[in-house]
Amino acid sequence: MNFVVSIVFSGAVVTLLVLIPWVGVGAFDLRVLFGIVIPYAAVITFFAGLVAKVIGWGRSPVPFRIPTTAGQQWSLPWIKANRVDNPKGNGGVVLRMIFEVLLFRSLFRNTRMEFRNGPRITYEFEKWLWLFGLLFHYAFLVIIIRHLRFFTEPIPFFVKLLENLDGFMQIGIAPLTGYQLPGLFLSGMVLLAAVGFLFLRRLLSAQIRHISLPGDYFPLFLIGAIGFTGILMRYLLKVDIVAVKELTMGLVSFHPTIPGGVGVLFYIHLFLVSVLFFYFPFSKLVHLGGVFLSPTRNLANNSRAVRHVNPWSYPVKTHTYDEYEEEFRDKMVEAGLPVEKAPEPEEEASEEETGEKE
Amino acid sequence: MADLPKPEELVQIDHSPSLHKGLLGWMDTPVRIREGIALYAGKPQSLEYVGMPNPREWNPLDEDWKLPENWKEIILDGLRERLDRFRSLKVFMDICVRCGACADKCHFFIGGGDPKNMPVLRAELLRSVYRKEYTTAGKIMGKIAGARELTYDVLKEWWYYFFQCTECRRCSLFCPYGIDTAEVTIIGRELLNLIGLNVDWVAAPVANCYRTGNHLGIQPHAYKDMIDFFCEDLEEVTGIRPNPSMNRKGAEILFITPSGDVFADPGTYTAMGYIILFHYLESLGLDITWSTYASEGGNFGFFTSHEMAKRLNAKMYAEAERLGVKWILGGECGHMWRVIHQYMDTFNGPADHLEVPVSPITGTRFENAASTKMVHITEFTADLIKNNKLKLDKSRNDNLVVTYHDSCNPARGMGLLEEPRYVIKNVCNHFYEMPENTIREQTFCCGSGAGLNAGEDMELRMRGGMPRANAVRHVHEKHGVNMLACVCAIDRAALPPLMEYWVPEVDVTGVHEMVGNALILDGEQKRTTDLRGEPLPGMEEEEDV
Amino acid sequence: MTLEELLLQKRDAIKARWLQAVLESYPPDSRRFFKKQKDQFANPVGHAFSTELENLLQEIIEPSDPERLRASLDRIVRIRAVQEFAPSQGLSFLFLLKPIVREVVTDAGRDEDLQREMEALSTRIDGAVLAALDVYMTCREKLYILRADQMKNQVSALLRRAGLISEVPSWDAASEEGSENHPLNST
Repeated sequence: MNFVVSIVFSGAVVTLLVLIPWVGVGAFDLRVLFGIVIPYAAVITFFAGLVAKVIGWGRSPVPFRIPTTAGQQWSLPWIKANRVDNPKGNGGVVLRMIFEVLLFRSLFRNTRMEFRNGPRITYEFEKWLWLFGLLFHYAFLVIIIRHLRFFTEPIPFFVKLLENLDGFMQIGIAPLTGYQLPGLFLSGMVLLAAVGFLFLRRLLSAQIRHISLPGDYFPLFLIGAIGFTGILMRYLLKVDIVAVKELTMGLVSFHPTIPGGVGVLFYIHLFLVSVLFFYFPFSKLVHLGGVFLSPTRNLANNSRAVRHVNPWSYPVKTHTYDEYEEEFRDKMVEAGLPVEKAPEPEEEASEEETGEKE
Repeated sequence: MADLPKPEELVQIDHSPSLHKGLLGWMDTPVRIREGIALYAGKPQSLEYVGMPNPREWNPLDEDWKLPENWKEIILDGLRERLDRFRSLKVFMDICVRCGACADKCHFFIGGGDPKNMPVLRAELLRSVYRKEYTTAGKIMGKIAGARELTYDVLKEWWYYFFQCTECRRCSLFCPYGIDTAEVTIIGRELLNLIGLNVDWVAAPVANCYRTGNHLGIQPHAYKDMIDFFCEDLEEVTGIRPNPSMNRKGAEILFITPSGDVFADPGTYTAMGYIILFHYLESLGLDITWSTYASEGGNFGFFTSHEMAKRLNAKMYAEAERLGVKWILGGECGHMWRVIHQYMDTFNGPADHLEVPVSPITGTRFENAASTKMVHITEFTADLIKNNKLKLDKSRNDNLVVTYHDSCNPARGMGLLEEPRYVIKNVCNHFYEMPENTIREQTFCCGSGAGLNAGEDMELRMRGGMPRANAVRHVHEKHGVNMLACVCAIDRAALPPLMEYWVPEVDVTGVHEMVGNALILDGEQKRTTDLRGEPLPGMEEEEDV
Repeated sequence: MTLEELLLQKRDAIKARWLQAVLESYPPDSRRFFKKQKDQFANPVGHAFSTELENLLQEIIEPSDPERLRASLDRIVRIRAVQEFAPSQGLSFLFLLKPIVREVVTDAGRDEDLQREMEALSTRIDGAVLAALDVYMTCREKLYILRADQMKNQVSALLRRAGLISEVPSWDAASEEGSENHPLNST
């Protein structure tokens, strides 16, 4: 795929996705559709799709124990084994997965800082991939947890706590003229910055550009648009939070209502989120679930100590020792190799043999 | 004269479409099969002997690869079947986010610069077809969803690039989801084999291993003859003639090593090292036998299909059972150990006829091999040294300045890192590590593994081995390293030409060759040469005095 | 200012432009990697180009030792001999230096002396190309020797056993026996 086509296509699709609710709600007043039907459908698709995907993966067995070992194995008691990078048991695997999932350990491996080219220390570009990848995912997580305030009553303490942490930066920011800016959340900014980085990295690095597909640009644009509309609502074109919460609480309590006074911007935001939910199970975003099922990471390296069973193992044709000896018996006997069955005294053959010997 | 291109024009000439159409996207850049990179096709008799499909004469450089009419159906059915059998494949087909972390980790990309040698793209070759056939988005949206039809050209591309991967797993180390290109390549090659697309350097050894037990097709008497020949050589060097036993029933331990160690230098000297070690241990209670039936540790079936790997591997347990041994000791080899460590028990176990390995000399119980019942020789020797069971004269290796190349599979498919180092440090005085990002789990491949160490693809091998050679050159220049030690028979076959091209001053050895040099046998004569018959500098002088 | 002084003064800029021009011969993906990755072990190709082009430039501007020139050429050409290049493309990197130098000279003004010296420099580059051709051929020959040896090496011990090959006595041994007897000297 040509990257220009990829980007233009992805960009066009996201633009279209913004226009749909804009027109739908703004011109045709389809609030029930965009505020209730589509979100429900999206959430159902998301969970059903993701569960189906994970079950689909799970239905395929793991015939062989193939962890990628990234450290010293457990062998002799006096050799220090690396229990995390080369786990011997399930405890180590859990640790390895925690490092992998929470800290992106493998990606971090990319970023060793001992680069030497003369006296200068140079920083490898890829270090930023780990950093921004991590920032991106954690910012996303924080934002999702923060949004629980729209779906819970009373709001749980940890949501408030997180909001306080997330918003601690606001203290220094003076309100702009005419606007009373609410607390600035770090997470939203970080998310947008990370999306920006990940996009630019795909665009500017020829290597990554070459391997990128529309399926790589589209989610970035979509998430960027979601973040952008969210930020717009919060800081600039403010929406009626109370009305929004009425709508969202209606959704989670299965008594959906469409309160008045919720602007079209909110519907755009909600629609984009719905699209993300729709899209999720059918895209590379399923790496969220897949990482837990990766056989090179989630298995202990103990295949010599504990037998691993292949459920679909079937008998195969082998070349048995008997067949082997049958073919080479005379030569083996002559060479003094022990055999199972004494050679049959074939007249001609033995004459030949002796003839050769003489 | 005016017609001659200017140099700057020359540089821009699109000599290789597969490389330069960056803008068009890789999906639309057709493959160009090149001599010097492509391997020879598998010969019909090899395929026939083991009952593999579509045996015929064909040439990868030809247009027509003589495929069965319904080749596409066969491949797609095969892919579906494997998706249902391997969670690894299914997950790896879905979750790649193309972050590019693996892109510059492949030795073929680093040395050659062909974009399709970026692991992510190698996998995308298969993934694109997977999307087209098995995902809704791919079916509807085609290329927009990264999907493409399996065409003749795509098939050729698969063959070309799946045989430019040494299944070394270096990329898998850096992937945030552990996507393992080796797994993709293994299954990709398995699919290609369904329609008879193999290479000679895999197909012929497979047939040979199946029939004679070793990859060169050496018959049993010749195998024994070689071992006797080594014993003669050893008598010359040490004054003592070992007497290893072959196919002996009732021995306690069966020894299996790659047959390359018996037939090709410098592996032969490693084999001599084993023989010396076993002879030394005989008086301490070692009861060990070699086998001509199971005379190949390396598993070329693994480069063909899981089934073929299992068929060839079956000999190990079968022979152990026939001879009635208690456990198996395995020689120095790379992919052999990946198969033994991660596959053998699953393939052909449970080996209930064997016992948990216990070293007869030290009494150490190898709990880590409790089920598979096979121990790596460096684990065995390291244990001997640790327990002070070996009398060693390190100075006999003083002419060597050694560095150690971690073979990919024991490193990333097992974790055998310290054992060989411990042995090396106890048998020689001068040992230097290569830079950290080129050894241990980050080790660079020799560039010739997984069936690539043929002659016709020498150009590919030299560029693939370049990152490894570069690190060797570094320690050669810095510390005067002149010997590259390894624990792999393919390394011992592949690294000498690699060194000859890039760092001619460095030679290659197995770890147990150095053990054999250092080991002091009871009643041996004063050694004036090493196992290679080359004079030991210090020792000669003493003689002169 | 002599040409030599001028070029030495602008050496870093010339080298950077030269390196860029050489990397242009690779696909964009690999070009970036060869250029950006600074670790000499993670990126041996890029590192070799970067350091050896510099040495080469030095030798071309101020020739000191033909061996140094050869060594630098060897590092670069040995790599390009096993990459996806036709021989002409493999060696074209040396010619790329000419327009870069010429531009520097032109920028410095139309000094007659400079132009004359430029001729000499151009000849030196041509000489380097010929030397590079030698290296290139040696590398390719080596490849074919390795290719030919491959089969033999796989069964080397067997051949030795069967007495099919015997090791040639080393050169020293032969010369000790008296050089007159050596087959190469007998004609």
